[in-house]
Amino acid sequence: MRDERLKTLLKGGAIWGFILLELVFFEVAGRIWSLSGNAFVDLDNMLLLLKQAAPIGIIAVGMTVVMINGNIDLSVGATYALAGIVMLDSMSWPFMEALGAGAIPLAWGFALLTGALLGLINGLIVWKTGVDAFIVTLGAMLGFRGLVFMYNGEQPTYHLDWTMVDIAEAEILGLQTPALVFLAVVLGVWLLMTRTVHGRNAYAIGDNRDAAVNAGLRVGPHILINFVLIGVLAALSAVAFYSGSGSVNPNDGMLFELWAITAVVLGGTKLTGGRGSIIGTLGGVLAIQLLRMGLGHIGAQTETVNLVIGTILIAVLFLDRQLNRKGAEELKI
Amino acid sequence: MTQHTPALRLEGIVKTFPGVRALDGVSFSVLPGEVHALMGENGAGKSTLMKVLGGIYQPDAGRIFIEERETVMRGPLEAKAEGVMFIHQELSLAEELSVAENVYLGELPRKRFGRVDWATLYARTDAILQKLKVRFDARTRVGELSIANQQMVEIARALTVNAKAVIFDEPTASLTDAEKVVLFDVIADLRAQGVGIVYISHRMEEIFRITDRISILRDGAYRGTLETAATDEDEITRMMIGRSLDLSRNAAAPDLGPVALRAEGLSCGHLFEDATFEVREGEVLGFYGLVGAGRTEIAETLFGLRTPTAGRILLKGDEISLGSPVEAIARGISLVPESRKEQGLVLGMNCRDNITLPQVDDLTAGPFVSDGAEISIYDQYRDRLAIKSPSWRTPVGNLSGGNQQKIVIGKWLSMRPEVLIVDEPTRGIDVGSKSEIHNLLRELAKQGYAVIVISSEMPEVLHVSDRIVAMYHGRIMREFTAAEVTEDGLIQAISGLTGDAA
Repeated sequence: MRDERLKTLLKGGAIWGFILLELVFFEVAGRIWSLSGNAFVDLDNMLLLLKQAAPIGIIAVGMTVVMINGNIDLSVGATYALAGIVMLDSMSWPFMEALGAGAIPLAWGFALLTGALLGLINGLIVWKTGVDAFIVTLGAMLGFRGLVFMYNGEQPTYHLDWTMVDIAEAEILGLQTPALVFLAVVLGVWLLMTRTVHGRNAYAIGDNRDAAVNAGLRVGPHILINFVLIGVLAALSAVAFYSGSGSVNPNDGMLFELWAITAVVLGGTKLTGGRGSIIGTLGGVLAIQLLRMGLGHIGAQTETVNLVIGTILIAVLFLDRQLNRKGAEELKI
Repeated sequence: MTQHTPALRLEGIVKTFPGVRALDGVSFSVLPGEVHALMGENGAGKSTLMKVLGGIYQPDAGRIFIEERETVMRGPLEAKAEGVMFIHQELSLAEELSVAENVYLGELPRKRFGRVDWATLYARTDAILQKLKVRFDARTRVGELSIANQQMVEIARALTVNAKAVIFDEPTASLTDAEKVVLFDVIADLRAQGVGIVYISHRMEEIFRITDRISILRDGAYRGTLETAATDEDEITRMMIGRSLDLSRNAAAPDLGPVALRAEGLSCGHLFEDATFEVREGEVLGFYGLVGAGRTEIAETLFGLRTPTAGRILLKGDEISLGSPVEAIARGISLVPESRKEQGLVLGMNCRDNITLPQVDDLTAGPFVSDGAEISIYDQYRDRLAIKSPSWRTPVGNLSGGNQQKIVIGKWLSMRPEVLIVDEPTRGIDVGSKSEIHNLLRELAKQGYAVIVISSEMPEVLHVSDRIVAMYHGRIMREFTAAEVTEDGLIQAISGLTGDAA
């Protein structure tokens, strides 16, 4: 029994141990190699970290829900870009311009609605056709990106509204809006997954869909809701980011889906569904962002970041496999 | 015959799984040129024994001898190298590849630079196919073949090596009578060549037709070997099912309530046709038949998982139509499915959450699930069903089969059903827990539930049922009351030997 507890702790806590390791390593390495005497572990740095982690972090939270549910969504990067474009472009529509500052919440609403709609499309197709979510959202990734380019060609979509920028850069306790939105999303979805019926059913369906059907769960609508949720979160991520930057490049958000999945998997969520946690994903997101920041801090070339993260991802999953002893009953290949 | 050294000999094989002793010191041997039947009920350990022989499982104790040479089977490749070949009930073929590629999978003949030597491959395969007298050639894509012919491909695979022993696991399950004749010819040929053959089957008629000796397993233990020529069905049946467990016949039905559920002329394509039966409150209705007779499909239809193509379902006299399990559950029909782990439980979830899964919607306080309400339901059913689990937090996957089954039953009882359908209530459950589950089912009937039990184990059906419906090939052959049922009568009914469709 105590062994079980220890194992659970090890599995759940592994990512936080890794983060601690990163902090110590970069702090020490920074002092040894870095010419500047700046500390790595310092409040401003950590607050900045949260802000930088926000765009992918918000998406990763949604991805966690979808993956626990036994699905995946590869279209989030394109959804992110399209929602950003809709938001900025809508600000220059004549009736919106007439509204002045009142147009801002409306523009946010349009962006979120875009995300919800795209998620709805994904969810409906997965539910009604029974085609694997990987394929459906792979198609959606290409399709939604196509919409992005159709909107404005290769040109960036641009609209700078200083009120919007002010809101985006507002601070509470030193945290800027994107970081606050990220933390709020983490808290909200954590409650959703741990305390509500919807969360409970998400785990059950991801773990054993047949048993869930037999228990009378409405699996199709449930899956649909989760796709809408991740669509909205991808759009929310765009709202948080583009309100400050004011410009969407048609290539924005590419590879976001893969970064989000990486963070989710690092955080201990199973690719096959049924197991995972929002807090783990928060750890995964922070671990990746720390690595990016830290490698910069010690003066490593930015090109090394991807290599290091890729290596760590595989190492972590190998460790997870060993800890779970899944391999024992499997055939050797 | 007894002068020969055995082609294959197993000695004192022991294999345990968490909660179940699957094999308890089983010994078994096959002579060259002998067809040796391995018989036993579902769950008696036949498949486990064969998996040990094939190197899929490692035995906890015991030894394996091939021609009296001790061997350790570490995997399927090693079994093949030793000349032990398996013809599985579930075919394991690559459907997109040709027959020849399947037959020589893993050891395609090669030319220089690793190129496949197609000419040799096809020639060798065709030579084997000729021996089997089949009507397709080496280049045919396996996916295009009928099931029977796919089985021939599996057999061809066994002939590529110098097989010393070939194991047939329920090979006739999906064959027509004509196809069986061909299969039996092939087996006779192999036997004439001095190959030792293990033949696993439930079908008495086949056993008497082709085997020389019969070994019997019961509850994971070896029960003896009989000469086929010197025995009869009765003796075999006794050895297969007789046990110390209390499986006395169910006494005459007590006072029954009104009809809870009635099916009239219910059909679902060819899975089952024209099924008419009813179950009363306070009654256990047993469904007995071979695997594939359509019993599970009837249960799935009553639970809204399948749409009937004809007939009606009446619940307490009112006709109902069930589009999904959601609707069935709402009307008070519950199904404890055939395979607990695949269909009944969310193994990674804890005991409490599994029990409350269908009703967690109603256990909320504000937006959140109420822990207290859930735990009290868990406690209630843990006590009522005597579920042995360290705590409600324990993942269901860690419990023994018997306790897992109680969790599934508890899940449905907590929904206060009218009709409880239990498909194979004790599959993969050890003997002690079996009788607990049996008593529980009887007890539930006494409390006024209408219970439908589907089982492939005759003693179980006889023990728990007030009435028994015997099925064969999708049809209800006969209905027996507890008073009139006999084992012979049941066996004849499910083999399609007697009776007009009731």
